[in-house]
Amino acid sequence: MSDNLTLPAPQGTSGTPADALLEVKGLTKHFPIYGGFPIKRRVGAVQAVDGIDLTVGVGESVGLVGESGCGKSTTGRLITRLLEPTAGSITYAGQDITHASRRQIAPVRSEIQMIFQDPYSSLNPRQTVGSIIKSPMEVNGIEPEGGREKKVRELLELVGLNPEHYNRFPHEFSGGQRQRIGVARALALNPKLIVADEPVSALDVSIQAQVVNLLQEVQRELGIAFLFIAHDLAVVRHFSQRVAVMYLGKVVEVGDRESIYNRPRHPYTHALLSAVPEVGVDSEAADRERIRLSGDVPSPIHPPSGCRFRTRCWKAQDKCATEEPPLVQLSGNGDGHLTACHFPEDPTTGSRGDDIVMDPALMAMEEGDTPEA
Amino acid sequence: MSSPAKAEGSGPSVALEPELEPVPEPAKGETTLEGRSPGQLMWQRFKRDRTGVVCAATVILYFVIALAAPLLTKLSGTDPYTLYGQDPTYQDSPVLDDFGLPLGYFGGLSGSHWFGVEPQYGRDVFAMLVYGMRTSLFMAVGITVLMMVTGIVLGLIGGYFGGRTDYWIGRVTDFFLAFPQQLFFIAFMPVVTAFFVDPREETPTYLRAVAMLIVLWLLGWMGMARLVRSTVLSLREREFVEAAKVSGASPWRIVRKEILPNVVTPILVQFTYTLPSTILTIAFLSFAGVGFVEPTPDWGRLFANGAKYTEQDPAFLFFPGLALVIFVLAFNLLGDSVRDAFDPKSGR
Repeated sequence: MSDNLTLPAPQGTSGTPADALLEVKGLTKHFPIYGGFPIKRRVGAVQAVDGIDLTVGVGESVGLVGESGCGKSTTGRLITRLLEPTAGSITYAGQDITHASRRQIAPVRSEIQMIFQDPYSSLNPRQTVGSIIKSPMEVNGIEPEGGREKKVRELLELVGLNPEHYNRFPHEFSGGQRQRIGVARALALNPKLIVADEPVSALDVSIQAQVVNLLQEVQRELGIAFLFIAHDLAVVRHFSQRVAVMYLGKVVEVGDRESIYNRPRHPYTHALLSAVPEVGVDSEAADRERIRLSGDVPSPIHPPSGCRFRTRCWKAQDKCATEEPPLVQLSGNGDGHLTACHFPEDPTTGSRGDDIVMDPALMAMEEGDTPEA
Repeated sequence: MSSPAKAEGSGPSVALEPELEPVPEPAKGETTLEGRSPGQLMWQRFKRDRTGVVCAATVILYFVIALAAPLLTKLSGTDPYTLYGQDPTYQDSPVLDDFGLPLGYFGGLSGSHWFGVEPQYGRDVFAMLVYGMRTSLFMAVGITVLMMVTGIVLGLIGGYFGGRTDYWIGRVTDFFLAFPQQLFFIAFMPVVTAFFVDPREETPTYLRAVAMLIVLWLLGWMGMARLVRSTVLSLREREFVEAAKVSGASPWRIVRKEILPNVVTPILVQFTYTLPSTILTIAFLSFAGVGFVEPTPDWGRLFANGAKYTEQDPAFLFFPGLALVIFVLAFNLLGDSVRDAFDPKSGR
């Protein structure tokens, strides 16, 4: 983690940023489900995001991780106001933008930008690269020095593309190049916060590294804050100073990178980290704990009572079903390392006495193997 | 910036369609890299499709003939209204025999009447055909454009805004689709005409045209609206629309700049299919007796008359029929070619 030493001042490694750029409180998004005949009425709701708190400091990069369907992307879309929040508040630089209309939000619109997951659908196939990058400037009436075209060429150069590609169309580029164009478009408005919604998960591994490095460079040089949404823990570890772990619409653990990756407390974080395959000599690999969960994430339409992870947790007790654990700083945790758990794990990722294998099929398979070994 | 990035982006041309002939790059000192738009690629593919090019030429020729009808009739020295068989001015050169049938072979072909003459009246078939094409084509273009515009506007609104707007536009579309079209054309034409003119007076031709326009327009825009709506629905969810929203673009700008250029393809294809079918519908109306009436030259009316004469003079129908078959065939094949050119993946 020697990268930390090179980071500029405002991005301290401490969990609580000095200067909050974006503050999210109790953010909730419920997608209603309608049913019934002949008169449709609301029969339930998908509780995609259910009361999350999150802070992003100036120039800080925050990672948001969790398995598929836990509400990561919805959170990103709520923050960029592509979706209307059901409840909670979003404060950007002291201004409440939770329910701001398009006109009201206009002054800060250019400061919050987004990088999308799929580089094949995020660029309009009928527009040239030049007009794609130029259009945010046109919308916001920004007239940079030397004209918009010059600025576009500079941006193309900044993201590592040939400025001569100005007049080309997206279909002439590879996935990685397209994602660079997406980055250039996001940078066109000199944003202060970029929400990157799984920006590399659609790219192949060799290109992923290039794009992540590009984003990191952009973040350092231009001092842009990032909310980096990903399910790849290694990428987040590489990119983010702070990490929030989500499970079924809730943040279960949040803290600086060091705490989350080396001293996790929430059982789910343990499980998530232990699921990352690691290449190493056998003896090294054996040092890590081994947790295998069973089943899927429960339905967000009827989430479990109390702690949402309890249905898959090996430490679950009666209390977990009745009482929802608050997101607090546990004793032994570092500053700003918050965990929502009644029975937290030890702050280590080292191997424990025996493996935790929740999956009955896997267990049966392994028990069958043991005598032969 | 890292070096692999440079290498990735510096190739002269990336992902060009291998099947296309190379475009001559401008051979100046500094090479300007210019991408080809999907439209340009489509044009290139279209140019290599021989059927498409021939059909396009045929269709253009028809429009030229229709536009130049007065010139052509000046060349032939005939006009569509003169009764060459009854007019005393033309007694020196009789075109009809005593039974009112054309003299000579194949419906009375001759140097002065290129496509023969009509039985009973002796009107010139060539003049009636070129003027009839003029009426039919211009009516069809007008009606089709109106249908397209209505369909596009309603489809865009319904597809983009969704929700309640989409629901009500959808129900109105369903309502209009539920009409039995052919019956309503016949039933409504006199009703609409009666709106404007007292039924006891004679209806001016332009009013008949307006009535046809209104009836065909009201009962014909639904397919386009459905098509545009479904295309817009899928486009609306694409991330480039979200990107435009994040940059603060207004709904009007998003529809105009992001969505509309992407629905041009289905619109163009649909247009090339709708136009010939509209021509057939107009011909059908005249044939059924609710469209244009005597003496307005019209394609459909030629068939209506031809049906009367067909027992005595089958040759009368030959040229108008051939012209219509060629036109509709060429336009439909053109539609196929346009679709193929836009979508290279749809093999035959």
